[in-house]
Amino acid sequence: MHIPDGYLSPSTCATLYVGAVAGWYSALRRLKRALFTRVIPLISVFAAFSFVVMMFNLPLPGGTTGHALGVTIAAIVLGPSGAILAISIAVAIQALFFGDGGISTLGANCFNMAIVGSLVAYGTYRLMAMDAGIRSKRRVVAAAVAGYLAINAAALLAAIEFGIQPALFHDAGGTPLYAPYPLSIAVPAMMIGHLTFAGLAEAVIAAGLVAYLQVADPALLLNTSGVSLESGTAGTPTGSVRRLWVAVAVLMLLTPLGILAAGTAWGEWSPATLAQSTPVQSSDPSPLVPAGLARLSSLWTAPFPAYAPGFVHSRGFGYLLSAMFGVGVLLGLSLATRRLITNRRKGLET
Amino acid sequence: MSRNLLQSTMIGFGRRLTRTMLSEKIAREHGLLQSLDPRVRVVGLLALVLAVTLSRKISVVAALLAIAIVLALSSKVSPVTLAKRVWLIALGFTGVIALPALFVTPGRAIASLGSLSITEQGLRTATLLVLRVETAVTLTTLLMLCTPWAQVLKALRVLHLPKEAVTMLAMSYRYIFLLVETAGQMFESRISRTVGGLPRAEQRRMTTRTAGVLLSKSVALGNDVYLAMESRGFRGDIQVLSDFRMRSLDYVVLLLFLVAAAAAVWMGR
Repeated sequence: MHIPDGYLSPSTCATLYVGAVAGWYSALRRLKRALFTRVIPLISVFAAFSFVVMMFNLPLPGGTTGHALGVTIAAIVLGPSGAILAISIAVAIQALFFGDGGISTLGANCFNMAIVGSLVAYGTYRLMAMDAGIRSKRRVVAAAVAGYLAINAAALLAAIEFGIQPALFHDAGGTPLYAPYPLSIAVPAMMIGHLTFAGLAEAVIAAGLVAYLQVADPALLLNTSGVSLESGTAGTPTGSVRRLWVAVAVLMLLTPLGILAAGTAWGEWSPATLAQSTPVQSSDPSPLVPAGLARLSSLWTAPFPAYAPGFVHSRGFGYLLSAMFGVGVLLGLSLATRRLITNRRKGLET
Repeated sequence: MSRNLLQSTMIGFGRRLTRTMLSEKIAREHGLLQSLDPRVRVVGLLALVLAVTLSRKISVVAALLAIAIVLALSSKVSPVTLAKRVWLIALGFTGVIALPALFVTPGRAIASLGSLSITEQGLRTATLLVLRVETAVTLTTLLMLCTPWAQVLKALRVLHLPKEAVTMLAMSYRYIFLLVETAGQMFESRISRTVGGLPRAEQRRMTTRTAGVLLSKSVALGNDVYLAMESRGFRGDIQVLSDFRMRSLDYVVLLLFLVAAAAAVWMGR
């Protein structure tokens, strides 16, 4: 994924340098607002750590080995700004001192791996882990998925950068001047290896390190977790309940969308709907509604049939009202059950 | 953990360390590039790398490679070192990528291998790609071989890199060697305690645990270094010492570098 010099045109390199500079500037500004003096040695050490982790050969299923990038664990421990700087420094040292990646393509490599990689890893991890406890298994799974997606997002970007070269930069005779393969070749060629081995290596290392830190040093996971170490589960229960209420309200408001779907769900026909349908295989049109179905269908008459209370004229409002009624009944049942259980516990304690 | 995997990891560490130590050894030689102001080396060689990227003609890129080889010879960098460290690796990596271009690039067929045809455009694009990568990597390697890393970092300030970035680069570079040594010792201790092979799943767990311990040590080190910096009066204001002095030879060579780069860009349009 480390693009060497000569694969990308100068204008592509310049554009990606601009993108990288914007990312670096934003990250530096954010960190300067925080406790920057403390962060400098931490980022430096983390860059060195990422560099060393890239040298670890990890045995993967299928008998092969791969190496991780370290971007996911950097994003989880340092946050996106710290990870952008740490991974950029590691990538710069690789290019400058070890010839891994080019100088003209340093902006592209940092943009792909450090900036996009960190943001994808951080976003995925936060989205999946939500407010799970620091020692929750969900954080391990979130780290694995974040690592897998981050590496593949960075690889896809690199593949696109390679793939657009022949279309944009060729001489009068049609000879490609830089990377010679179009998107149709560059994307699959790049992604096969990353979707299988490289992504897996990052996922294994990220998940393994989060699992290790959960036991050995959970405080390191606090920075980007949004929960407290003591709580063990959710650090902001009020916030999560509030989010749940908002989600329920939005879903209720969206219920009238159900009207847009034409027809009836398969197998949910009323006797009247079934009677109107055309028989497909039978030559005798009379037994359209089976006798048993006709008899049992009138066993219970719902107060709001088809989510349309009789006293409401608007079908959309009827849907909304039905949703509110349903949620209200469920909440009432839930509260009653809780109360019942609490009272029983109290009775047992006394 | 399997001995092969551990050994390959340790060999990787060892090679990188040896390569960097060799780099410092060449940087102490008395050659052309070593005698120049580090800022001239950084600006001049990076200008040539830029010219390589901008040039669209094989002949111009080949001429820049010839300049790089002359610079290497006059700086006491042997072609064998360059071949082992740069040319063969770059040829292997880029060759694999460039080879199919010989056949898949549309154009006039000039030779055939069975049912596959090598096109003129394919040959040109593959040659240009390989030559460009070889030249750019040779120039970058020359800069690093002939310049101690501390001077490279200080010289990067010429490019108006923020002081914070230069400081973090310098600190990271230093920590890499410490962490590589620590990781090497951890793997070595593991080798000495391992008899026979382990299942691959266990190998994965071992590697991850090693990385985890290294991570904890890294963070503890970062905190210790911060406390050490703070106790010595660090308040976030970074001072970078600059004791470089430009001589007349530096100005002349810088001019030559820039003229060569500009000429290459103009001729390689």
